[in-house]
Amino acid sequence: MIIYAIAFYLFAAVAVASGTMVVAARNPVHSVLFLILAFFNAAALFVLMGAEFLAMVLIIVYVGAVAVLFLFVVMMLDINFAELRQGFMRYLPVGALIGLVLLAELILIGGTWVFSPDAEIAISDKFYMSGEVTNAHALGLVLYTKYAYLFQTAGLVLLVAMIGAIVLTFRSRPGVRRQKISAQVGRRVEDSVELRKVKSREGV
Amino acid sequence: MYAFNVASLIPALPEIFMAISGMVLLMVGVFRGDRSTRAVSWAVVAVFIVTAFLISRVSGPGVLTFDGMFIADGFAVFMKQLALAGSALALIMSIGFNEREGIARFEFPILFLYATLGMMLMISANDLLALYVGLELQSLCLYVVAAYRRDDLRSSEAGLKYFVLGALSSGMLLYGMSMVYGFAGTTRFDTLFEVLSSSEVGVPVGVLVGLVFIAAGLAFKVSAVPFHMWTPDVYEGAPTPVTAFFAAAPKVAATALLVRVMIGPFGAMFDQWQQIIVFVSLASMALGAFAAINQSNIKRLMAYSSIGHIGYALVGLAAGDKAGVGGLLVYMTIYVAMGIGTFACILCMRRKGRMVENISDLSGLARTNPALALAFAIFMFSMAGIPPLAGFFGKFFVFKAAIQAGLYTLAIIGVLTSVVAAFYYLRIVKVMYFDEPAEALERPVGTTLTVVIGATALFTLLLVVNPGPLLSGAAVAAVSLFGG
Amino acid sequence: MEAMLTEYLPILIFLGIAVGVAGAAIGASYIVAKQRPDSEKVSAYECGFEAFGDARARFDVRFYLVAILFIIFDLEVAFLFPWAITLGEIGLFGFWSMIVFLGVLTVGFIYEWKKGALEWE
Repeated sequence: MIIYAIAFYLFAAVAVASGTMVVAARNPVHSVLFLILAFFNAAALFVLMGAEFLAMVLIIVYVGAVAVLFLFVVMMLDINFAELRQGFMRYLPVGALIGLVLLAELILIGGTWVFSPDAEIAISDKFYMSGEVTNAHALGLVLYTKYAYLFQTAGLVLLVAMIGAIVLTFRSRPGVRRQKISAQVGRRVEDSVELRKVKSREGV
Repeated sequence: MYAFNVASLIPALPEIFMAISGMVLLMVGVFRGDRSTRAVSWAVVAVFIVTAFLISRVSGPGVLTFDGMFIADGFAVFMKQLALAGSALALIMSIGFNEREGIARFEFPILFLYATLGMMLMISANDLLALYVGLELQSLCLYVVAAYRRDDLRSSEAGLKYFVLGALSSGMLLYGMSMVYGFAGTTRFDTLFEVLSSSEVGVPVGVLVGLVFIAAGLAFKVSAVPFHMWTPDVYEGAPTPVTAFFAAAPKVAATALLVRVMIGPFGAMFDQWQQIIVFVSLASMALGAFAAINQSNIKRLMAYSSIGHIGYALVGLAAGDKAGVGGLLVYMTIYVAMGIGTFACILCMRRKGRMVENISDLSGLARTNPALALAFAIFMFSMAGIPPLAGFFGKFFVFKAAIQAGLYTLAIIGVLTSVVAAFYYLRIVKVMYFDEPAEALERPVGTTLTVVIGATALFTLLLVVNPGPLLSGAAVAAVSLFGG
Repeated sequence: MEAMLTEYLPILIFLGIAVGVAGAAIGASYIVAKQRPDSEKVSAYECGFEAFGDARARFDVRFYLVAILFIIFDLEVAFLFPWAITLGEIGLFGFWSMIVFLGVLTVGFIYEWKKGALEWE
């Protein structure tokens, strides 16, 4: 159990530290790299909580895709970051104040937290808590049946995301020569190769 | 094994129909190219009409589906049909606009369709998670249509601002939900109500903070003060038909959501949320009245006006009873009609092939285009709440409900701010009727716009003749929300 | 729970060793090696010229489009794992639920293919 505690504090500390560095790093590319470190640590914390599937999804989706997207976005923008940071000190007091208020709220909530006596009855899917099945299994048992509505709506959200990304960023370029696979495959020797008798010393 | 019965999906049939037709039209559009934009747009309008018809067929008191996550009650029918009407009118207005501006693409009506589908899901949500996915479906489409004119700096800015603040509000909403879930162990609205009302531990701080965060997240979506900052910039920057859409349909859906969440799962915490709603309502009415006075851009002015209107509508929610919610429904219906009509008039403000958006551009409109000036004046008088027009009834019913519920301060301040707000509405009328004519606006304005303006103006003008159906419809819808 | 965490112990040890070795390598080069930096030594080397311009070149927005389309399908795949595990238990409805989900995304895929968003040049 001591290893568990050490691991928790280690991962939590690194997660918080790298989270701070995301905000504090001068170079935005470094910020993204620190963000990736934070994701990894969060994934480790998920593992410690027993949520293996979420941990792996966090790495595959967030580190593998979202962080890459962030890198592209950072590299796509041509902004002077020194200029961008000028307002930093000016807004720091306000930001710090909001942060402190949120922190105070969290402490207040954490200190007075109670669970409803009815919560035990209200929780409908208890099989995971009994520890009989693994995470991914437990998710699969309800996600596609009981929560099919949310699942399908998530599919629609992804569809809209595709449409939106294309509407906002895609430009059809005139004059681009696209690959036409059917034309390539359909070509025959007769269409493209011509045999000619060339007399010597005259050329074609 | 999960028992499933296809017939149990019938209450969600209108939404399933919308989702499938959206995909079919997307395929039609992509295979036929942008020249099919007009056809796709009218097809989407037809889908809206069919959906509105289907909705009234499949609903009933307490009809649930998808394991209780989706509810199709009378309240849902009323709000959905209103949202559909708003979306359809805004879409009709956009067809001509997009063609003239050269930005007509077939994705635009499809995004409208999915945004409206998101609203349907929001209005029918009976679970915190269902609420969230519906909201995200709607918001994602709205961010894209706000930035739809992607070569225009202001439109891109509008989309980006809306996206960043919308994401922030979604985060707050989720944070609040997680606290409520942590306390109650459920996200289902009906179970939440039972858990929260039977709780022996009173109202714990965690749930209270959760409620505040949920209310704040939803206040963002209805653009109520103090979460309104995005509204003027987004309204100004987005293409005008999109602004008309924003002012009408998503507001209806978000208000419906706010009402359902407050009255439903948090019904037992009325004393706690009433303070929040009263404050938000007061602040919105005041800001809507005072901040609009100095605006010179008409779309910006309409943004502040819409903030004010949300304030008045929330007076009905603050009352928290059947009369209050009924008043809110009446108010939203009239607001959608006036809002769409006003934006249709703004769409007519073209000069030399370009849109003009300043109030001074309307000078002397009464002499250059008397019909348009008359319609505009009707909407302005109605928004100000001058008696025989529709806007008066909206205000009358919410204030009446507030007084019956003992919220005298709220009602009195509401009346005072509407007097202040009347100043800037009437200023537009004065500019149109008494100022020296500026250069005439472009004519003709197009058949669809004329029809939209005519229909909404007639509704605004003639509601006084027969308000019965609207009032009784709203009353029935409000009663269904209170489970009786 | 306890047993599961024990399974992860080798990974934890592996991580510890990796951090240790990497830290030792970097730390040692700081402590042991001779370091006499001057402005010429640490400046960017660009074929003998003074460095002109920023190293940061703007990326084409098309990279972003590809990345976002990738995320969408990445998420789709993430949904497939729990489904594959439980397919025997969730019955026909669970099966069709996923097929409908995949169908929706296939519509999106046809759309972007037809639109030419997947073409480069």
